[in-house]
Amino acid sequence: MIPASFDYEVAESAEHAVALLAEHGDEAKLLAGGHSLIPMMRFRLATPTVLVDVGRLDDLRYINADNGTISIGALTRHSELEHSELLARSCPMMASVAALVGDPAVRHRGTLGGTLAHSDPASDLPAAVLALGGTIVARGPSGDREIAATDFFTGYFESALADDEMIVEVRVPASDAGWNYQKFNRRAQDWAIVGVAVADAGAGVSLVNMGSTPLRASAVEAAVASGASAADAAALAAEGLQPPSDLNADADYRRHLARVFTQRALNAAGVA
Amino acid sequence: MESITLAVNGTERNLEVEPRTLLVHALRDDLRLTGTNIGCDSSSCGACTVLINGQSAKSCTMFAVQADGADITTIEGVADSDGTMHPMQQAFHEHHALQCGYCTPGMVMAAISLVEEYPDLDDQGVRHGLEGNLCRCTGYQNIVNAVLAVAGSGSKGSES
Amino acid sequence: MTMTDDPATHLDSAGHMGRPRLRREDPALLTGEAQFIDDMSLHGEIWVGIVRSTEAHATILGVDGSAALEIDGVTEVLSGADLAPLWGEGALPCAWPVTDDMRNPAHLPVATSVAKYVGDAVAVVLATSRYAAADGAAAVSVDYDPLPAVVDIEAAVADGAPLVHEDLGTNESYTWPLIPNPEAVDEAFANAAHVVSERFVQQRLIPAPMEPRGVVAAPGVASGELTLYSATQIPHILKVMTAVTLGIPEHKIRVVAPSVGGGFGCKLNVYAEEILCSALAMDRGVPVRWTESRSEAATATIQGRGQVQHIELAADDNGKVQAVRVKLLADMGAYLQLVTPGVPLLGGFLYHGCYDIAHYSFECTSVFTNKTPTDAYRGAGRPEATYAVERAMDSLAVAVGVTPEEIRSRNFIAADAFPYESCAGLIFDSGDYQTVLDKAVEMAGLDGVRATQAQRRADGSNRQIGVGFSSYVEMCGLAPSRVLASLNYGAGGWEAATVRVLPTAKVQVITGSTPHGQGHETSWSMIVADKLGIDPDDVEVLHSDTAISPTGLDTYGSRSLSVGGTAVFMATDKVLDKARLIAAHQLEANEDDLEYVDGAFQVKGTPTAAVPFAAIAFAAFTAHDLPDGMEPNLEAHVTYDPPNFTFPNGTHIAVVEVDTDTGDVDIVDYVAVDDCGNQVNPMIVEGQVHGGVLQGAAQALYEDAVYTEDGQIVTVNLGDYLVPSAAEAPAYRVASHVTPSPTNPMGVKGIGEAGTIAATPAVINAVVDALRPMGITDVAMPASPQTVWRAINEAQGGAS
Repeated sequence: MIPASFDYEVAESAEHAVALLAEHGDEAKLLAGGHSLIPMMRFRLATPTVLVDVGRLDDLRYINADNGTISIGALTRHSELEHSELLARSCPMMASVAALVGDPAVRHRGTLGGTLAHSDPASDLPAAVLALGGTIVARGPSGDREIAATDFFTGYFESALADDEMIVEVRVPASDAGWNYQKFNRRAQDWAIVGVAVADAGAGVSLVNMGSTPLRASAVEAAVASGASAADAAALAAEGLQPPSDLNADADYRRHLARVFTQRALNAAGVA
Repeated sequence: MESITLAVNGTERNLEVEPRTLLVHALRDDLRLTGTNIGCDSSSCGACTVLINGQSAKSCTMFAVQADGADITTIEGVADSDGTMHPMQQAFHEHHALQCGYCTPGMVMAAISLVEEYPDLDDQGVRHGLEGNLCRCTGYQNIVNAVLAVAGSGSKGSES
Repeated sequence: MTMTDDPATHLDSAGHMGRPRLRREDPALLTGEAQFIDDMSLHGEIWVGIVRSTEAHATILGVDGSAALEIDGVTEVLSGADLAPLWGEGALPCAWPVTDDMRNPAHLPVATSVAKYVGDAVAVVLATSRYAAADGAAAVSVDYDPLPAVVDIEAAVADGAPLVHEDLGTNESYTWPLIPNPEAVDEAFANAAHVVSERFVQQRLIPAPMEPRGVVAAPGVASGELTLYSATQIPHILKVMTAVTLGIPEHKIRVVAPSVGGGFGCKLNVYAEEILCSALAMDRGVPVRWTESRSEAATATIQGRGQVQHIELAADDNGKVQAVRVKLLADMGAYLQLVTPGVPLLGGFLYHGCYDIAHYSFECTSVFTNKTPTDAYRGAGRPEATYAVERAMDSLAVAVGVTPEEIRSRNFIAADAFPYESCAGLIFDSGDYQTVLDKAVEMAGLDGVRATQAQRRADGSNRQIGVGFSSYVEMCGLAPSRVLASLNYGAGGWEAATVRVLPTAKVQVITGSTPHGQGHETSWSMIVADKLGIDPDDVEVLHSDTAISPTGLDTYGSRSLSVGGTAVFMATDKVLDKARLIAAHQLEANEDDLEYVDGAFQVKGTPTAAVPFAAIAFAAFTAHDLPDGMEPNLEAHVTYDPPNFTFPNGTHIAVVEVDTDTGDVDIVDYVAVDDCGNQVNPMIVEGQVHGGVLQGAAQALYEDAVYTEDGQIVTVNLGDYLVPSAAEAPAYRVASHVTPSPTNPMGVKGIGEAGTIAATPAVINAVVDALRPMGITDVAMPASPQTVWRAINEAQGGAS
């Protein structure tokens, strides 16, 4: 399968990328690692007429810690998260979840900014950022703005990013206690059928592939906060959700899995 | 068309490509390096795995223009010039880790990258490390044994 | 750790046979030097892009190529009607009209008026590049008028079902019965103490060799010759069929299979693209090529399985089975490909499994549906038969109140009963099924596993253990030509080999077998080297090019070693016979007084008077001093037609852990004990078992060609069609038991399909064993987490 033709622009900086997006309008797409976009282009499910390559913006590849906040450049690759000693110390869930994305070759190319911008509800890292209560920094023509992860995912493959904005940084709080990530799939390389991320001993709980976006399991969080057992809290995991049905799981089974894996994740995160 | 330069197996190659040209097609069709194979169109099988700046990547999921300026190693570039196979190739041979051989170039490249990236590989580490490379012939056990033999031998024979 | 009953001890071999030997095929494959079909590039080649039906059943109202023709590099857009003159009446061949009244609709390479499945070719784009061909195919617009589609095979035989082929008046292709004694079967069921009755569904599978298909057709404009390169298992059969289909004189066609990246049966065919590219190349006078994409393969390449099975066993008080009765519905898809109708028959003789059962009733009804045609996929009919009988035997064990191993022991064909005439009319060659089972039980540590299982059950654990048995026998070594004639197959089952000694005593072997991963070059060189007392590296093995190997019937049905290898073995004997005459002449001795020791003929007991093989080879070449009347050179050709099938057998045991919270199944141990007769290269045997087992286990747990009710295929790529990776694959513990086959001189049976045949029921029996205390007696394939969880949930009275 061969992608359709497009025009190719190399961005020299984030500002340049934003300017190119503004110039080309909604027919343009950013290309970072390409591991979400290129497969869709090969099947011609995506046919952008202009690709703006931000993959060479190495100044957006970093992981820094400052005052309890970890700032990660948008072009940081999954494998760099996976092997980061800073994350291993200060926010091990991000490293651990990154290590479960795709396979090693995918992790060498895929970027944190790209996976967030793609806003796939079945993706692992958005759920981790969501459970951690992270913040996404977007750059647009008029400068940077911060978007809380809880406000970022607006629909199926849709985010709060404007057409002429790009993610430049992701911030998550340092958090090294009471975390767990459960990913359930049939083959290790595949997207999660259901995933559950627990941060801060249940203060943050998020769900993968349980709706049109990555989701915070607010009922579970509230139950944990009020002292409920893991089992009782997990029983609320699918409350009010309309998960998708596909080859691997229908909606009922997904709800069931969400409860099972929320309990397992809470238990592993130290919630009894 | 875009002009790009790829350092492929140690040699600079200048190419004119359409922006949409997949790296694997640039390697196979333009440079006639046909050892890198194509087994799927969904980034699932890993037959097209090459090393980009020393790390495994699926060359069907990259545009050639993205690799402009990069060092690329394909299966043609890992044996010594005198024909002595890379330790990973030799291990695949000695452990009967291939049958039809179609997935093999990608599998070998993925394995070379894997033992470089993860120092203390065990059976499960190899299996998960190769989860993005499908083989229909071997049932994987001999592949796992071959990679473990290299991982444990200290002779990872990195391509540098 | 491998436990192997040293096969070397069973072969009369002082040299290489019976011992592991690394493959000579490997270096070219490991370094990228091997040339697969898409690696080729011919000057002036044009690319074919195929426009495929997006409808399962529709009248083609029109093909509009105007947008495609605007694209740079697109040179032509051709509809089926445009192309029809290229092949005239020549439809794609079906070589196996299993009954005289079988319905076989004309099957054109590109449909002209009605598309009958999603993926059916409806138009063709010619272009100057790979990318332009893809662009062109995407830009062609086809106007369809949808017709009702029939997708489910049971629905296809219901009254009032839409018809796949209106002109046939029915969706049934044929009914094939094998009921030697109907009254005896009825009587056995009437008198049975236990009757087991089961319905099983064999889901469709996508073969998915890692290399998709591809074709390059190169015409000789002046010579009128066609060279057809194809990723095929069957260059020889393809040559004959291309000649017959297109009317090109057969001697003007050369077919070459380059390195072929796996086949598993799906490259055992004559495909539309092969005929299309050949016809276009001859017509246009330029090379024409096509490479299949993986997504295209989901519909353009045949699929496997696709059956609904009803099996009944009648047993006495002790669980001794007296009769088996089977009714099968088999999905042909929309058309009959090369051996589509024969696949169910290959299983049709084996529904009694490896058991001594007196009475047999088998009837297959084959049905057209609006889906991709089915055909041979690893095991072809035999995995389905084995699955049915092995699942039913477990049900019988429960009914009788004995263990799965006990019910098998009570019914096995006894070791002293061989040669054994089965109730289906086959003569089984050799075996010791009980010893094989005992060995598997010991390796599995069955007592320990059952103790763990009991503990988990007592604890109410959410990780339940199950043990599954599968004892199988298969008919391989396809096939005695006269038997094929009795089954209406359109060709023979022999195989050819030439052994040619070169002047310097190096040897060329030319084989009609066509390897695509099986390592024939290594194994054949071992056979010849052993017999001639030379180094295997001095033996070259040539194959897969009809200009080099003009005679052959190719590779499928675990036939290569037992038929093709036997031909090599016998041709080497003929070379030795002639060499003996030359040696006797040179030694002025009686040929009967000579013995061949360490690569030289000597007078018995007199090593000082010896003629080395190299000297004989050179003497045969110079022809200066040969016996009167002897032709120069040392070369022999043998065409071997086997007198019988071979019957590999074995017992596999799978141990699974089921997460009862999620339905997830993990294979935690897998033991395989196989009897494939004598082994030439045990390393290759073990590799075949590993890969075969994973393919069988994949049917049990992962793979399913899923169609919607309106005939759209859902699992089009390897993201949705779950070929397992190393992370899902179990570790295998493999051992052998050897009972040489008396059918051929090497005593070999075949191993290519055994693992696939055995593994599927072993894994499902294990899953059912784990869940049986919950009242679960069946789990549909693939036993995905959702399927297993739903079975558990329903058994526990939960909502479905």
